[in-house]
Amino acid sequence: MLHDSDRIFTNLYGWHGTDLKSARARGDWDGIAGLLERSHEDVIEAIKASGLRGRGGAGFPTGLKWSFMPKEITTRPHYLIVNADESEPGTCKDRDILRYEPHKLVEGSLLAGKAMRAHVGYIYIRGEFVNEAKALQTAIDEAYQAKLLGKNAANSGWDFDLYLHRGAGAYICGEETALIESLEGKKGQPRLKPPFPAGVGLYGCPSTVNNVETIAVVPTILRRGAEWFAGLGRAGNTGSKLFCISGHVNQPCNVEEEMGIPLKTLIEKHAGGVRGGWNNLLAVIPGGSSTPLIPKDICNDVLMDFDSLQEAQTGLGTAGVIVMDKSTDIVQAITRIAYFYKHESCGQCTPCREGTGWMYRMLERMVRGEATLEEIDILYDVTKQVEGHTICALGDAAAWPIQGLIRHFRPALEARLKSKTPAKTPIESVA
Amino acid sequence: MSIARRIADDQPTHFAFSAENKQKIKVILAKYPKSHKSSAVLPLLDLAQRQHDNWLPTKAIEEVAKICEMPEMRVFEVASFYTMFNLRPVGKYFIQACGTTPCWLRGSDAVMQCIKDKLNITSGETSACGNFTLLEVECLGACVNAPMVQINDDYYEDLDYNSMAKLINQLQQGETPQSGSMAGRQGSEPASGATSLKQGDSDAS
Repeated sequence: MLHDSDRIFTNLYGWHGTDLKSARARGDWDGIAGLLERSHEDVIEAIKASGLRGRGGAGFPTGLKWSFMPKEITTRPHYLIVNADESEPGTCKDRDILRYEPHKLVEGSLLAGKAMRAHVGYIYIRGEFVNEAKALQTAIDEAYQAKLLGKNAANSGWDFDLYLHRGAGAYICGEETALIESLEGKKGQPRLKPPFPAGVGLYGCPSTVNNVETIAVVPTILRRGAEWFAGLGRAGNTGSKLFCISGHVNQPCNVEEEMGIPLKTLIEKHAGGVRGGWNNLLAVIPGGSSTPLIPKDICNDVLMDFDSLQEAQTGLGTAGVIVMDKSTDIVQAITRIAYFYKHESCGQCTPCREGTGWMYRMLERMVRGEATLEEIDILYDVTKQVEGHTICALGDAAAWPIQGLIRHFRPALEARLKSKTPAKTPIESVA
Repeated sequence: MSIARRIADDQPTHFAFSAENKQKIKVILAKYPKSHKSSAVLPLLDLAQRQHDNWLPTKAIEEVAKICEMPEMRVFEVASFYTMFNLRPVGKYFIQACGTTPCWLRGSDAVMQCIKDKLNITSGETSACGNFTLLEVECLGACVNAPMVQINDDYYEDLDYNSMAKLINQLQQGETPQSGSMAGRQGSEPASGATSLKQGDSDAS
């Protein structure tokens, strides 16, 4: 359990000022000159030692990702790109950083930018976050006025410009290469990898794309030391993490907690427990809509970190915890997610473009109780034909929730199809 | 993207950026390398849409293409790919109601029903008075404050049937309702009181 003194985002709820002066009073920008004196390698090593893994969903080690950037700047400039295209259903953590802790992100961008030898950074924010973009732009403007950005940023001898770029409504632009395409002024359709962005990214130059939360924790890690961060959580899953707890809980909320906190503790301590009590729990989607659901018996003692959830055949993802109690029509809940992926498929790869529609329509038949029993296997087969057969992970993300449904709620599905239960009739957990 | 994105039949014959927006365009273009003006296409389309009653006529797309030095077709491709660009007129109040699972679990159906009852419109339609357009959209990223809608630029959160009805009433009377949580929350803290950060110990402000 995390103590307040170990919490990074002390203004998570927006109770205090977001301006530079207030942010400084909370410790932001403290000793920035000293932090910028550290060598590129030294900072990257510190981030590696902290064990920080990317907070955008994939959980790739951040220090390692930075180390893929070329060791010197040649004719092609380096770019830092911050992914603020938060759109994974169940996830609303970056929003709080953007609107209430923007200086942590600005300071982190400068530090990360220097570590990877970038003189320019772009923050790509989802278009719908209009007010969040204004808050962040204000913070950027303040930092320029205080000479913390721009030429000789914070008197460090390092030039660093930071620009805000607003998207225009496309979930797929959260995928790093789609984001780069979008930033170049094209449709957001992912690129084939390799080459990876660290070799060929924005405008064909070395680029690194990091999530908002990843970048915003960097200043605190450097200030308090890698050991401090690594001392939270457990090996391979270190630090604190923002969790978003939505759905059927008494008090939906965002909270910063230690990695590896038991799911049950997280829900009961911070979100007021499951509506109707723990025994009324049906299932939880633990890490945003693309992670497979887990039924109550797994929720009882699973830990909230990358490796524990992977062992439970799901994932930490963005730590967007979607709770569903026993009144939930679980087939309908997953069908709505399937609709989401159908809507958001960029249309580039056939298995995803066609498959997401197939999967959605088959699930719709199941919601209405019209499908036959054999169709469960056919549906599973379609998910397997989409998974792993697309350029980006959206195809996987569309397939996994359905696989989770079949894995854990097959008896419930079968019961519905046998009885031809009409739509909207809640089904109890038979898993 | 699966939404039918037909362009309006009735198109204006002319579009020009206002003097104020021309200044903004200079600031926007300065963010990107001179050889990559196309990077400005999203911000410029957004600017054009804001200037033109929240929808993009073909002439605006052509104008943006000229400024960004892009083929018109490439800009049209972009305008039709991203869901925030309206290629047809919309009401003065553009309601985007989230129906994705986290909002659905907390009662987005009731919010949608309220809009239907009060304004007699479903997704994609504009009210008879012409002031309200509804679009059911996918996750807007405020899931712990579900259900929610976005009206023009602002988020209205922690909604239910009654608070949605009140919002519509206020808009109909020409008022601007206070955005944010309709349940009196500041942000994403638990409604019953925070379980962390209670001391505010690290903040001197």
